[in-house]
Amino acid sequence: MATEKNKTLKEITKNKYQYGFVTKIESEKFEPGLNENTIKLISAKRNEPSWMLDYRMKAYSALQKMTPPNWANLKIKPIDLQKIIYYSAPKKPKYNSLDEVDPELLKTFNKLGISIDEQKKIAGVAIDVVVDSVSVATTFQDTLKKLGIIFCSMSEAIENHSELVKKHLGSVVPYTDNYFSALNAAVFTDGSFCFIPKGVRCPMELSTYFRINEAGTGQFERTLIVAEEDSYVSYLEGCTAPMRDENQLHAAVVELVAMKSSEIKYSTVQNWFPGDENGVGGVYNFVTKRGICLDSAKISWTQIETGSAITWKYPSCVLKGNNSVGEFFSVAVTNNFQQADTGTKMIHLGKNTKSTIISKGVCAGKSNGSYRGLVKISKSADNARNFSQCDSLLLGQTCGAHTFPYIESSNKSSIVEHEATTSKISDDQLFYCKQRGIPEEEAIGLIVNGYCKDVLKKLPMEFAVEAQKLLEISLEGSVG
Amino acid sequence: MLKIKNLHVSTESNISILKGLNLEINKGEVHAIMGPNGSGKSTLASIVAGDPKYMITSGEITFNGKSLTDLEPEERSSMGLFLSFQYPVEIPGISLNNFIKTALNQKQKALNEKPFSAKEILEKIKKNAEILKIDLDFIKRSVNVGFSGGEKKRAEIFQMLMLQPQLSILDETDSGLDIDALKIVAKGVNSLRNNNSSFIIITHYQRLLDHIQPDFVHVLNEGKIIKSGGSDIAKMLEEKGYDWI
Repeated sequence: MATEKNKTLKEITKNKYQYGFVTKIESEKFEPGLNENTIKLISAKRNEPSWMLDYRMKAYSALQKMTPPNWANLKIKPIDLQKIIYYSAPKKPKYNSLDEVDPELLKTFNKLGISIDEQKKIAGVAIDVVVDSVSVATTFQDTLKKLGIIFCSMSEAIENHSELVKKHLGSVVPYTDNYFSALNAAVFTDGSFCFIPKGVRCPMELSTYFRINEAGTGQFERTLIVAEEDSYVSYLEGCTAPMRDENQLHAAVVELVAMKSSEIKYSTVQNWFPGDENGVGGVYNFVTKRGICLDSAKISWTQIETGSAITWKYPSCVLKGNNSVGEFFSVAVTNNFQQADTGTKMIHLGKNTKSTIISKGVCAGKSNGSYRGLVKISKSADNARNFSQCDSLLLGQTCGAHTFPYIESSNKSSIVEHEATTSKISDDQLFYCKQRGIPEEEAIGLIVNGYCKDVLKKLPMEFAVEAQKLLEISLEGSVG
Repeated sequence: MLKIKNLHVSTESNISILKGLNLEINKGEVHAIMGPNGSGKSTLASIVAGDPKYMITSGEITFNGKSLTDLEPEERSSMGLFLSFQYPVEIPGISLNNFIKTALNQKQKALNEKPFSAKEILEKIKKNAEILKIDLDFIKRSVNVGFSGGEKKRAEIFQMLMLQPQLSILDETDSGLDIDALKIVAKGVNSLRNNNSSFIIITHYQRLLDHIQPDFVHVLNEGKIIKSGGSDIAKMLEEKGYDWI
């Protein structure tokens, strides 16, 4: 039995990344390298106001005094910022309708099974598609406009909603926060901006597909979501990337501002190229995601992480307001030589603040997955509550699962609970499934799917199918 | 249909359990297998289903003329073999509904048939749930998670009815059932009973056989069938115990 299982796992582990292809779109790009001139060029290309350039330059000078973090449970080859191309955009940057979009690009979406056509049909999903660095298609704008909702690319936001961006950009994740946030602030080329006015409930799921497309191009996405008082928005982010031999750096920053009694639901499916079965290539994914909750506000992070050679990501909540709520639901799948160090930080500042953490790690091949989380209850956070559950599922003998929970409590009235389990798929479960006619591979998929259920069910309907599909691909067509 | 010839079976740790067992089951027959604890009843069920915890050291099992020895459990399943587990296994997060749908369509795939539509499956589910007096909400629960002993056994019989196997092996399906549940399980089995489907019913007690009339009763002891006959054997055993043989 054991050898048989290993055989299947070996087959699973050999599974090739199915989204490996390059879209042939003519693109305009800079020479590799990072200096003041690069930043000035980026800013000039985008006709940015002077405050934006100032901000970038400050971030760049902060970056020069910083070093990459080395505390994560990750083995990373040094990253040479001078070898990265910092700007790449399809030559024709704007389109009014799909007909104008490069047919090659549409083909890409069709290959991915997420064609814009298809997406448009899914009721109520507006898509801001980011290929490399410039947005090329935006839909459902009119419906949103009527409600006063702004959903556009970051470049458009800087151009048309300068004051709003200026007010909130860097307010949750300052460029001084960490090495990668400084890098992002200095060189980000695009991303999404979303603003929900007071009292408005966004009637559709807002969604953005990010896709790295230019050889050697690092992507530095910047996302800012501001939900005013009593508003609600659900935002979806999904990623796939073409196959590459060299490592690609991805250092995104996402900031969420949830004003009084508002709610932001942020869901991610991440499937960047994970490297091949020998651990060659793959995306280095260093992401800083953080949200701030004012009184009675709620932020909910849901993530399905299946891709990237390296994942370094801790979507966090600063629960500043009284009665505010933070949630983190995560599935992280690693295979082959993938490494993931992911988790969350829940910073309780306000009274009666609540946070929930559910993390499910699935490790296969020679991969390593770590959960790293901080629950911090400050002195002021009377009656704060946290519940954390961190489960790991191991497939095979050669992978590793690690859990690093940090709990800092400075308030006696708080209640913090932490539960953790590590398990394997039992032979009895496999035999039971097989007796019912379900082959081993499908059985493993089914069991993994069931194990991740608590997190998968938090995803919006539109995303749930895709998420299952990605789990399936990551563990070799095993999810039925 | 099922032919077992001079079967010797050991566990992974080389403990010999079945020692020269012979059994032949034809289409439409119901065979009851009784015997004291440790006689090898469950091992027989497991080895026929292909549980990798057991190894055939000599002898042969054929099903419809085909040797089972080198076949995976799922291949045996798609040939029409079903095992109602003595201890059904929990699969958290997967509903019984989803599980049986997956199983049904895997079987279709193995047989090169087109998958059942959602409507077809729902009709089957409704029909069989009614036979077994199963609430449709029950089918939405995760497979065997938090099920009572009786619920687990009923869920096994439900899966059996859904999959319409040719040969069903019921491994102590009656253990832990109250009399009402026992009657329901028997009703399920009897509803599947016809000229083409056969059963092996492993039990300690006569009472299940009051509701499912067997064609043959075998007594297993120390890895061999030591007595075979009609349903009167079961009644004698109930009265006099195994010492009678």
